[in-house]
Parts: sequence; C-alpha cells; structure tokens
Amino acid sequence: MIFVFLLVLLMLIAAIAASIFKDLISAVIAAALVSLIAAILFYLLQAPDVAMAEAAIGAALVTVVFIIAIRRTKRFEE
Amino acid sequence: MRRIISILLLGIIALGITLSLAKIPFGTPKTKVGRYYIDKGVEETGATNIVTSVVVNYRAFDTLGEVTVLFIAAIGLGAVLTTGRRKKPERKIEPASLVLYTGCRFLFPLILLFGAYIFVHGHLTPGGGFQGGAIVASAFVLTYLGCRERRISERGSKLAESLGGLIFVIVGLVGLAVGGYFLMNFLPKGIPNFLFSAGIIPILYIVIGVKVGSELAGIIDNLIEESE
Repeated sequence: MIFVFLLVLLMLIAAIAASIFKDLISAVIAAALVSLIAAILFYLLQAPDVAMAEAAIGAALVTVVFIIAIRRTKRFEE
Repeated sequence: MRRIISILLLGIIALGITLSLAKIPFGTPKTKVGRYYIDKGVEETGATNIVTSVVVNYRAFDTLGEVTVLFIAAIGLGAVLTTGRRKKPERKIEPASLVLYTGCRFLFPLILLFGAYIFVHGHLTPGGGFQGGAIVASAFVLTYLGCRERRISERGSKLAESLGGLIFVIVGLVGLAVGGYFLMNFLPKGIPNFLFSAGIIPILYIVIGVKVGSELAGIIDNLIEESE
C-alpha cells in the first residue's frame, strides 16, 4: 500500500515538474514518467492490457513524437 | 487576475468530479453486462483473455471503427507532411555511436519478436493487436535512433496497412455470408488455452497488430523525414 502511495506521490511530482520545467526535453521526460507510473498503477489494479498500451504508447511513442517536434522548434521556453 | 480565475475554475471542476465520483464505491461492478462477460466469455468465444473476447468478438465492430480512426489519422498526417516535399538529394547521415548501433542491431529483432508474440497470443495472455502493434512500432523507433541509414520501405508499410484492413473486412463479410451477421465467429472455437482456438479472434488480432504497427511506424517515419 505504501508502495502505491509513493508511486502516486512520484507521479504528482513528475506531473508538476512537467508543467514548470523551462527545458522542454526535461518536461517531456517528466511527462513520460507520469505515463510510466500510470502503467505500473494500471498493472497493480489488475488491468495488464491497459498497462501495456499505456507503457508502449504513452511512455514511448508519444515521447518520441514530442522530441521530434521540439527538435524542429525551440528547446527552451522563455 | 486571470490566474486566480483559472485556479478557481479548476477548483470547481475538481470539486464537481470529486462529488460525482464520491458516491460510486471503488472496484465494485456497476453493470450487469460485465458479469456476463466474465461468466460466459470463455465458453462463448473460446478466448481466455476476456478483454480480447470483448474487443474482438462482442465489440468487434467498434474495433473496426477504432482501426479506421487510426488509419484516417495516419493518412491525414501523411497528407499534411508530404505535400510539396521534393525528392531530396542523399544527405550524409551522421552515424550513431558504436554502443547504440550494436545495441540497436541486437535488440531490434527481439523487440519485434516480443511485439509479434503479444499480438499472436492476444486471446490467451494480456495484450493484443494494439499493444503488440505499438511495441512493433517502438522497435522501428529504435532503428531510427541506432541504425540511421536504415529506413522502412514506404510501400511495404502501406501494403501491410492496406492488407490488414482488407483482411479484417473480408473476415467480417465471410461471417455475414455464413452466419448472417457481420464479424460472426464462424471458425471452430477449439479448446480454450490453445494457440489455435477462439475462431477468428487470433486472425483479427494478427491483422490489427500488423496494421497498427505499420501505421504507427509510418507516422514516426513521416515525422522524422520531415524533421531532417
């Protein structure tokens, strides 16, 4: 149970970090961490199908798409 | 002032969601149809993974719609990104480091195999066409990081995509011809827990896996081409 609370806490911290980071690459990595922890939580809630989709799409492919977009634009937010 | 208003609005939304969800006890079944799937799913469809029996058997028509949405999204992205692109001369691509290159060459077939395993065993174990397809696409993403001179052939991915959609619809139409309704499970259900069981479910999930994998890989490919 404590493990789950720690995960949720880490997820919240990562979500807040993703919204306040000025370096957009770091923000994207923090957002990927949110997805990854969401996947672990889905697994703990006995939904392995959703967990797999979340890990593969939310944490991997969306991150790649964001990073490609940042490479085309600016890395730092003013 | 604007900040205060937006915080206030967010607070109201959070309050509304909390109040509306507070009365629902967590984890208890809310509908009768879920119980039915759990009790009768294996018997009726032959798939031991009940999520799969819902996605590709009871709700297969919805899945066809989902696949179509993804297909349209991929087509739209391709159309937006490739307009006015001229054939660029061969650029010198900076090679990846030795560690990345070797790791990519070693891991690429393994990830591809894992993705294929996920969607071939969709009716037995967790996962299925969408998850397996996403894993296959992530294997191609690794190729773009590590082995940069390699590209998936655009024709190959388009062919896999179109064949996938075509086979899905043809299987559905055969069901319509044989049993009277679209996407009917006309093949023998076999013994649950065996690879060759559950009738058309493995076939549909394999074509969904191939289709989703090639679509997502195609989307990433389009974006990377555009960004170079």
